[in-house]
Amino acid sequence: MNRYISLILYLLLAPFIGAFLDGIDRKITARMQGRKGPSIWQPFYDLYKLFSKQMIAVNSVQLLLNCSYLIFLAIAGGMVFFGTDILMSLFILSTADMFLILAASSDSSPFSNIGASREMMQMMSYEPMTLLIAVGFYLATGSFRVDEIIAQNSAAFWMMPGLFVGYILIMAIKLRKSPFDLSTSHHAHQEVVKGITTEMSGPTLAIMEIGEYYEKMLLLAVVALFFIHGEPWSWIIGILACLAVYFIEILIDNISARVNWRKLLDICWLITLLCGGINVLILMLI
Amino acid sequence: MYLIPALTLIPFIGAILIFLDSNSKRRGYVIYGTVALMMLCCFLLVGQWILQGAKPWHLYPQTGFIDLLMQVIEVFLMIFIVYKSFKHKKRWISLLAISQTVLTLWVEHSIPLVESTHTTVDSLALLMCILCSVVGGLIGVYSVGYMKSYHENHRGIIDRSNTFLALLFVFMAAMFGLVLSSNLIWMYFFWEVTSVISFLLIGYTQTDEAIDNSFKALWMNLLGGIGFAVAIWLCAMQNHSVQMQDIVSGGNTMIIGMLCLAGLTKSAQLPFSTWLFGAMVAPTPSSALLHSATMVKAGVYLLIRLAPALYGNLCGMVVAFIGGFTFITTSMMAIAQNDAKKVLAFSTISNLGLIVACAGIGVEQTVWAAIFLMIFHSVSKSMLFESVGATENSIGSRDIEHMHGLILRLPKLAYIMGIGIAGMYLAPFGMLISKWVALKAFVDSGNVLLVIFIAFGSASTMFYWTKWLGKLIAMHKPNTPDHDATRKDEYFSMGVLGVIMILLCLLFPLLAGFVVNPIVLSLFGATQDVLSMSELTTMVIMVCSVLLVPSMMFLITRMAPRDYVPTYMNGVNVGDNSHFIDSMGESKKLYLSNWYLRFEFGRRRLLRPSQIVAASVLIVTFAILLGGAIG
Repeated sequence: MNRYISLILYLLLAPFIGAFLDGIDRKITARMQGRKGPSIWQPFYDLYKLFSKQMIAVNSVQLLLNCSYLIFLAIAGGMVFFGTDILMSLFILSTADMFLILAASSDSSPFSNIGASREMMQMMSYEPMTLLIAVGFYLATGSFRVDEIIAQNSAAFWMMPGLFVGYILIMAIKLRKSPFDLSTSHHAHQEVVKGITTEMSGPTLAIMEIGEYYEKMLLLAVVALFFIHGEPWSWIIGILACLAVYFIEILIDNISARVNWRKLLDICWLITLLCGGINVLILMLI
Repeated sequence: MYLIPALTLIPFIGAILIFLDSNSKRRGYVIYGTVALMMLCCFLLVGQWILQGAKPWHLYPQTGFIDLLMQVIEVFLMIFIVYKSFKHKKRWISLLAISQTVLTLWVEHSIPLVESTHTTVDSLALLMCILCSVVGGLIGVYSVGYMKSYHENHRGIIDRSNTFLALLFVFMAAMFGLVLSSNLIWMYFFWEVTSVISFLLIGYTQTDEAIDNSFKALWMNLLGGIGFAVAIWLCAMQNHSVQMQDIVSGGNTMIIGMLCLAGLTKSAQLPFSTWLFGAMVAPTPSSALLHSATMVKAGVYLLIRLAPALYGNLCGMVVAFIGGFTFITTSMMAIAQNDAKKVLAFSTISNLGLIVACAGIGVEQTVWAAIFLMIFHSVSKSMLFESVGATENSIGSRDIEHMHGLILRLPKLAYIMGIGIAGMYLAPFGMLISKWVALKAFVDSGNVLLVIFIAFGSASTMFYWTKWLGKLIAMHKPNTPDHDATRKDEYFSMGVLGVIMILLCLLFPLLAGFVVNPIVLSLFGATQDVLSMSELTTMVIMVCSVLLVPSMMFLITRMAPRDYVPTYMNGVNVGDNSHFIDSMGESKKLYLSNWYLRFEFGRRRLLRPSQIVAASVLIVTFAILLGGAIG
């Protein structure tokens, strides 16, 4: 029963919590930069406005692909909140991302094509780490299933600190945070206009944003997964950890400059090998 | 019982008829008839086998005449290779052919062998037969139309279609023989036949490049043949029996190592990968046949047969390492390719690497995954090869860059290609599920290196497929419409393969329960449900959702009213989305290109080092095996 409630809560609330967190993100970012910043509710106003805009499109398939992106992100997140296989969920997450790339490639626009290519590069950079994290959970808890992972006696974090560090890194890519915001960025300083979202406007863009909120909640749920175990109080630690990690991501975003794709790939694959690979090796040996 | 000889004889007789018939129309009907008979025969055999209790059949203990015939053909093949290698001034290759033929003939005549059966019909052999007859047969149907278009587009090449088509069917006949043999000497005979025919198919166009590449394929496969011959010799000396089961249960590492060498060369693993991408010079049907359902699968088949004997020993470890290493390096090299057939070649090698790695670990789950990978790979790869070939005949290029906007230019081919690509890597289609099981099994077997290989390899796999898919889906209206030169029989073949692909994904649980589990059971004597029924059903629901969501969204979004505007080009869009105004005030054509990372992932940079690594691992392994055998 619980799993159905959590699934429904995720599907209903994730966009709202995601947008709310986004508002907080903007506020904190503004304060770090010495600005006053927009209202916390700004993302909601933005979404409202995007939906009320006229439907302008460059082709007939972009909306359809963006909708598929949204649905697959919801499915991937739903799988985690429903307590099923985390590895499968991460695979579906990649499938969802592929729909976004296709949406951007479908319009033959130079800027959005560059964005799509960079998004693929980002995918290639974080993909090994996501697989290793799933493997790490399996080795640490004996199961790929989320409901079994959270029923353990102790937190998985103690078994996989290296993977946790790697996860913070790839989460920065997934949340489109500097220094890894190559394909599109939340900041004003851009070199490829708006990258992957250049050709998306109005409701199409709003759908993509909602998709990102679902993704954000999924990513934070995986952070919590590192900490939650059989004890009820561990849920509080999980939520605190999510907030802390989210803050770290905002901090990284504001103190680092964008890297080029080569650096991105090098950093990610190196850290995956060092933190992830060694962590998995140790887990296999013990 | 008459069905087994019929299965090899039907394609062979068909081949003779095709070869003799110069009328291309009549030849087409002969091919359709042969394919239909071949499939019918194969399904009758399967039906009969199931009705008789689905137990392995061991047949043909007395085969004096056929043995003699085979020896005559072997000598003939040897003479043929010697002649060819002298003619093209590659004399050293004849040494490879002579040494192995003489060795096997000597073994057959001087070492007394225990009387035993020559043919085994079991679930794995039948699965291979089904793959070969259905996928191979459909490729045969496809090649009828393809060869016509091919010679219309390539005027400079002498039309020897009848030889080519006949060879395709001889190849299938040899493949049936190979998978149904249980006796190494018989297996070796068919193995040789496939090597020689692939040599002829690759060299079809007779250009310098084709001849060079065909000899490359020949010597690598003959090297594997030597491994096979040595294994026969050792086996006959030791236990006076050359039965496959005895080798697997006997577990002599030297014999198994030699057979693994043969399997690795046939399945184009590093350092023997170069023959496979050289083979891309041949007309597409041969690439489709050799690299999806037959030739390379013969190598994989041998390794899967040996898998129970590979568990936990040096041979298994090395085979698993080479497979995993091939998987990651070739999937990286595929990124740097813009020739569609080259991408398919690299992806074939890399998927075979995964299958080989699974076989090398040699436990139930990995073999389970290996068989699944094999099924899905055969179907979707043949479909991809066919659609690339048809595209090449229509647009005159197989460069992925030239496939920009194929979905508007040649929509049917683009959809078929899209299904094939999705089947190769997207969650939750077949290949990915098998990869998922393989990953689980690698973790369970405690092999951290393979886990890392698979993690990085799937990342680069994702990269090259996604960028290809992105090219196909670009909604870019062409200036001049393309003429679709694809013929009906080509579409028939691709369409059926596409339907099979989708059905395989939807019927995944049935496939697992009725096909793959029994095979694992027969190989290991035990089986476990690798994925529980509930997991399998979830998977099917996922597949449905992947198919349903976009189509549902299509219906919903079709209703939405939209104003179409040109794309953004910094305000200098000419208005047709394909031109912009340059700094001189003139309109210039926009050209969008994919990312190939040639410097980072190019063949020039990665191929040589990875060949050296793989070759040194092999050499060291054989040194250790030899040391163990002598000392």
